[in-house]
Amino acid sequence: MAKLVGQNFIPLDMEARVTGAAKYAEDFRAEGMVFCKILTSPVPHARIRRIDTSAALKIKGVLGVLMADEVPQFPPPQHPILAKDETFFVGEPILAVAAESELLCAEAIEAIKIDFEMLPHVTDPLESLFPGGPNARSNGNVAGAQINLQVAKWDAADFAASGDDKLPMGKPAEEWKYGDIEAGFKASKLVIDETFVAGGHPHHSMEPRTTFAYWQGEKCFLHVSNQSHTAAVPNIARLIGMKPEDLVMIAEFCGGGFGSKIGGYPNMAVAALMSKKLKRPVMNRLTRDDEYALGLSRPTFQARIKMGFAENGKILAADLYVVQENGPYLGAGDFRAAGNCLSMVYQPESMRWRGLPVLTNTPPVGPFRGPGENQFTASLEPIIDKAARALNIDRVAIRVLNSPHAQSKIGADRAPVTSAFLKEATEKASQMFNWEERKKKSGQKKGTKLVGVGIGQGYHTAGSNGFDGLLRITPDGKLHIHTGIGNLGTHSHGATARVAAELLNVKWENSIVERGDSRRGLPWNSNQAGSLSASTQSRTMYVAAVDMKNKLFDIAAQMLGGQPADYDLGEEKVVSKADPSKSITFAQAAQKAMELGGKYVGKEPPKDINPVTVDAVAKIAGTGLVAVAKDTLPRVGLTPGLTTTMAEIELDTETGKFEITEMICVADCGTVLHPMGLGAQIRGGNIMGIGQVALERRVYDPKLGLPAAGKLYQAKPPSFLDVPKNIKWAAVEKPDPSNPMGVKGVGEPVVGSGAAAITSAISDALGGHLFNRTPVSADMILNHLAGRPQAHKPLQINTV
Amino acid sequence: MSEHDTHTTCQHAHDHEAGETGLRASRRDVIKGVVASGVAVSSTGYVVAGRPTEAAAQTAGAVERLVTVNVNGADRRVDVLPQETLVQTLRYKLGLTGTKIGCDHAECGNCTVLVDGVPTYSCTTLTQRVRGKKVVTIEGIAGPNGQLHKVQKAMMEEIAPQCGFCTPGQIVTAVALLNENPKPTEDEVIVALSGNLCRCGAYNHYLNAVMRASKEA
Repeated sequence: MAKLVGQNFIPLDMEARVTGAAKYAEDFRAEGMVFCKILTSPVPHARIRRIDTSAALKIKGVLGVLMADEVPQFPPPQHPILAKDETFFVGEPILAVAAESELLCAEAIEAIKIDFEMLPHVTDPLESLFPGGPNARSNGNVAGAQINLQVAKWDAADFAASGDDKLPMGKPAEEWKYGDIEAGFKASKLVIDETFVAGGHPHHSMEPRTTFAYWQGEKCFLHVSNQSHTAAVPNIARLIGMKPEDLVMIAEFCGGGFGSKIGGYPNMAVAALMSKKLKRPVMNRLTRDDEYALGLSRPTFQARIKMGFAENGKILAADLYVVQENGPYLGAGDFRAAGNCLSMVYQPESMRWRGLPVLTNTPPVGPFRGPGENQFTASLEPIIDKAARALNIDRVAIRVLNSPHAQSKIGADRAPVTSAFLKEATEKASQMFNWEERKKKSGQKKGTKLVGVGIGQGYHTAGSNGFDGLLRITPDGKLHIHTGIGNLGTHSHGATARVAAELLNVKWENSIVERGDSRRGLPWNSNQAGSLSASTQSRTMYVAAVDMKNKLFDIAAQMLGGQPADYDLGEEKVVSKADPSKSITFAQAAQKAMELGGKYVGKEPPKDINPVTVDAVAKIAGTGLVAVAKDTLPRVGLTPGLTTTMAEIELDTETGKFEITEMICVADCGTVLHPMGLGAQIRGGNIMGIGQVALERRVYDPKLGLPAAGKLYQAKPPSFLDVPKNIKWAAVEKPDPSNPMGVKGVGEPVVGSGAAAITSAISDALGGHLFNRTPVSADMILNHLAGRPQAHKPLQINTV
Repeated sequence: MSEHDTHTTCQHAHDHEAGETGLRASRRDVIKGVVASGVAVSSTGYVVAGRPTEAAAQTAGAVERLVTVNVNGADRRVDVLPQETLVQTLRYKLGLTGTKIGCDHAECGNCTVLVDGVPTYSCTTLTQRVRGKKVVTIEGIAGPNGQLHKVQKAMMEEIAPQCGFCTPGQIVTAVALLNENPKPTEDEVIVALSGNLCRCGAYNHYLNAVMRASKEA
């Protein structure tokens, strides 16, 4: 058998990446192509009273404008394509201009006059919740997915009762609980109550998103920068106002997304609709400034946690309240994910969660690799350390004691898990890190430096199901693996395609991965997000391979006699079990399928597959032996991806900077599909976590609502100079029983555990000091060491 | 010392030479054409002139439009505007789309190309200033018959690129380093590549790839 799963391989698209041949959306051209640019709001909140485009339209070479009333409308507070009547943040698109060149677009934009009526704006949720505080939208300040737009104000008494340094806790939008937390706190030996700010940060994908569109009749050809492929098609079609089957989506490469390019985004519609209007190919390239405004951001939390610990360290009760800076639209679900993360990773015996997403006049927030979980564990891990110290328990031991396992239950509805090996991950990390020896260095002085050792845990759901698999063997004997998962850069489209090749005993060099372009016939697959690709795609490959095997055995029986059960797979052939000299090659089977037609060539697809897959099968029907199936395999419970990172730092007391001298991450991600690919995800994720809590800046001027760290040099995502040379990694390598290949995802937890290991290590270097705030800046460290007050108020956000 | 510093030095050198070759577009005009003109129109951060425009006509005569640039070993005659950046010329006039625009403000290094062997941010280099110079882009790194450079091979073997958008810049910078310093230390590689941001955080893998390439003959 071809052994592919668990083996290293060089992804098929890697050569294109190293030669410059890889085509991203901005790399395509078409005859007669013109450009369009967006005019964006210069103010954080205003009514748009009048727009005068007359002077712009007189400029020679300017071809037209696209106004908000010309594009599909979605009920507020959904994210619109173009702002109509009211604009909610600096950088919000108001209209688009097309011209023969971008230079002319820019000239035209300068010639457009807009009359804004300024409205009160707000960048801090607590300011908006205060009685009489400003609302980010003229008709509301609280909204979210499944939370209607409303005005929510807390009582002045709520604020007064909490003082300056504790989160006031007025009425939440949502809450859930299990067990009896009051009894849990009463029974606790140690109760802690900490308020923290977990700073958000923008995604800063390296590729500023470009959309390039042209039409042929009803068909729209759309080159986009998107993480997912087929899962995004229905939403993109909705944004443009067209039928999904008429959308030809081309997304072969995506220059980074991290959650900001999951299911398509409103700006994609601009180029498509401008192209439709002008009847010319239109390219809309966003600038870095536009990417900052529209490329989403992790939302900031203002939160409070009360936890009760038994003498042995077991968490008996936990009470979490998260106020989320939600941007001006429906925002993100991070505040909910934080509660689920607490329930999953720390397994409190009783728990309450409350959350409130508050609208702000800052750019839209959205899911960012480990949404909610990262902010939470990075804030909580130093607090767990504090509890361990107070109870005189080893910091690894307290985590192992509270770790989830196979019988654990999650969240309000006490859902089961499919597997959980966080304890094993922590124990393996401890061995690799040599925790018992290394923890003795905690707080040691080395010249001007202090040593800190930290532990961080990470979690995100990492499995789903219900998508479709599609495989084809062409008459030349090649296996075509059709995948609609997208190409985010994790190489998982290749790693999961190899599952099909292995199950069908086909050499990898005789396998062709069909992806990146709707015309290639791409089945309905999950979003390439939520750490889902590895798990969901290994399932769809499995079910399609089963269908392919059945069809191959059926054809062999028809050609060579006997029953399908009389046959087995050989290397790229079907072999009689009784007489191995009797066989047909895959090429012969595909040729026979062409004669047989019908279900063998995709002309009678199963009834339960998604319409997107029906469309994909129709595109390839009659070109070979086609296998197509929906993943109806069971999956009971929530599938968690879990990781533990340990880090040692040397913190310079004179500069406030620190160097990471060791970093090790161990992942509970089930069966490993692609070891080097996993290593790349773990290291890159840990590095992203370092950026989240110790380097990156997201600053808004609260008086003017203007961004002050929109540029990369101001925002400071991690560079080569900021990160360890060699982050070590390993996997627990225990298969998840709910997945036919044992696979779980892990792309997101690695960011959270990396971030949390760093906050834990900083706190440890400073003798257990809690900043209760991320990012931790060098200034904050120096102020603390000098005994000076910090520059920010305790609950202030967007300060660093 | 970072790549930013290197590029700044390199840019000064260009300034001196530009005087000798008669480039007369004033700095103010250049900035007006290249940089965003205000927060209200942040989207005008970069400008591509696909064909001669009125704006171009206004500045005609200030500087010769038809210039010769040696790109990947071939002399290319190209019609450029005074304010046109090298990355615009490469991507939109010469069809060399391997060079990426990440920020257009000399912050990320995605657009790095070699100018006379020196890694240079092509988003903030005017095409007029590389007249007569040798420009090498990612498309010019492989050998004449398409055989991959040892840095490209090592990048593949170490699975260095993730999303791949910063990869062309990382590779040309690494090639320039190994040309100057064939056996660098890890720290020297890190400093050389530090002007190239990677949001995927593939730094460990890029470092390993360059070290691997440095050990190849």
